[in-house]
Amino acid sequence: MGKKKRSVGELNASSMADIAFLLLVFFLVTTSMSTDKGLARRLPPPVPKDQINEDIEMNKRNVLQILVNSNNDLMVNGEVLEVSKLKEKAKEFILNPSNSEELPEKEVGSFGSFGNVMYTKKHVISLQNDRGTQYQAYLDVQNALVAAYDEIRDDFSMQKRGKKFADLSEEEQKEVQKIFPQKISEAEPKNYGGN
Amino acid sequence: MAKFRKDGGRALPGLSTSSLPDIVFMLLFFFMTATSMKEVTYKVNINLPSATQLTKLEKKSLVKYVYIGQPKKEWVKYVGTESCIQLDDEFVKDADKVQTYIIDKRAAMNEDDQGQMVVSMKVDKDTKMGIVTDVKQALRNANALKINYTALGK
Repeated sequence: MGKKKRSVGELNASSMADIAFLLLVFFLVTTSMSTDKGLARRLPPPVPKDQINEDIEMNKRNVLQILVNSNNDLMVNGEVLEVSKLKEKAKEFILNPSNSEELPEKEVGSFGSFGNVMYTKKHVISLQNDRGTQYQAYLDVQNALVAAYDEIRDDFSMQKRGKKFADLSEEEQKEVQKIFPQKISEAEPKNYGGN
Repeated sequence: MAKFRKDGGRALPGLSTSSLPDIVFMLLFFFMTATSMKEVTYKVNINLPSATQLTKLEKKSLVKYVYIGQPKKEWVKYVGTESCIQLDDEFVKDADKVQTYIIDKRAAMNEDDQGQMVVSMKVDKDTKMGIVTDVKQALRNANALKINYTALGK
């Protein structure tokens, strides 16, 4: 009983490539490579219905009021300003480097490993836009303000630790955020300039 | 010298394509992992605005989308030319609907993730702020406070 050696027929795999190509093309078409990026913001919590809207009197020097009208023009504390100059203006406002009477008052606070730091605790940036403002203009303003805060945090981290803000440890980042919190308040929109 | 010369013509060996499927599968898996599915078909035109201080949206499963823009041509006869809100595949007239939509979506999420929900606003750059503000108010009322204005880098 001599056994014959039977050879297994080889699987024809030449169509495998076609199948794989088909799948590949399908995924290329239906998916998008770009990961979404955007400006991260936080909205203020909703106002309880029974709360009476009271305007809190704030010291004028502590408020940077930004108005954007329906022609996308900017008014900062009563003066017309270009969007490109807003970042510097905001930085000056938040830091008050010259200890000016006009700019927010400085206080000393103790922040973990950073020790005592002079900072403008009470500053608020108030942003108000018209219903007719263009979205891009609004985002430009938001972007400039976020950029101002980011640069301030970076500068501060550089000065204290010789590192950029993003390279600090998590605890240090939290402290720096506490020193320079993003205080951008958005008031309810009003219809100033027609439509 | 004859040592190096063979007699007769040489036949070209057939190119082996057996590794082709492997290569293509590799590409396939790369694209499957590196890309993400389109969330919906846009019914509105969205030209994203530009900005510089961008952050990446981390976890896709935590992100819910709201689209605002002018309706595409084929939808103009149904909804007009005014800027519209699109949620999933539907047009929404009223900004208040966003509130119920977000609340529903959040309820459907894993309980641990609910607090980390991010609402991504994809808004056309020429949109008037009125409608955007209405949506923002609706999001506030729905307690969805983490938002992200989608934009392109400069």
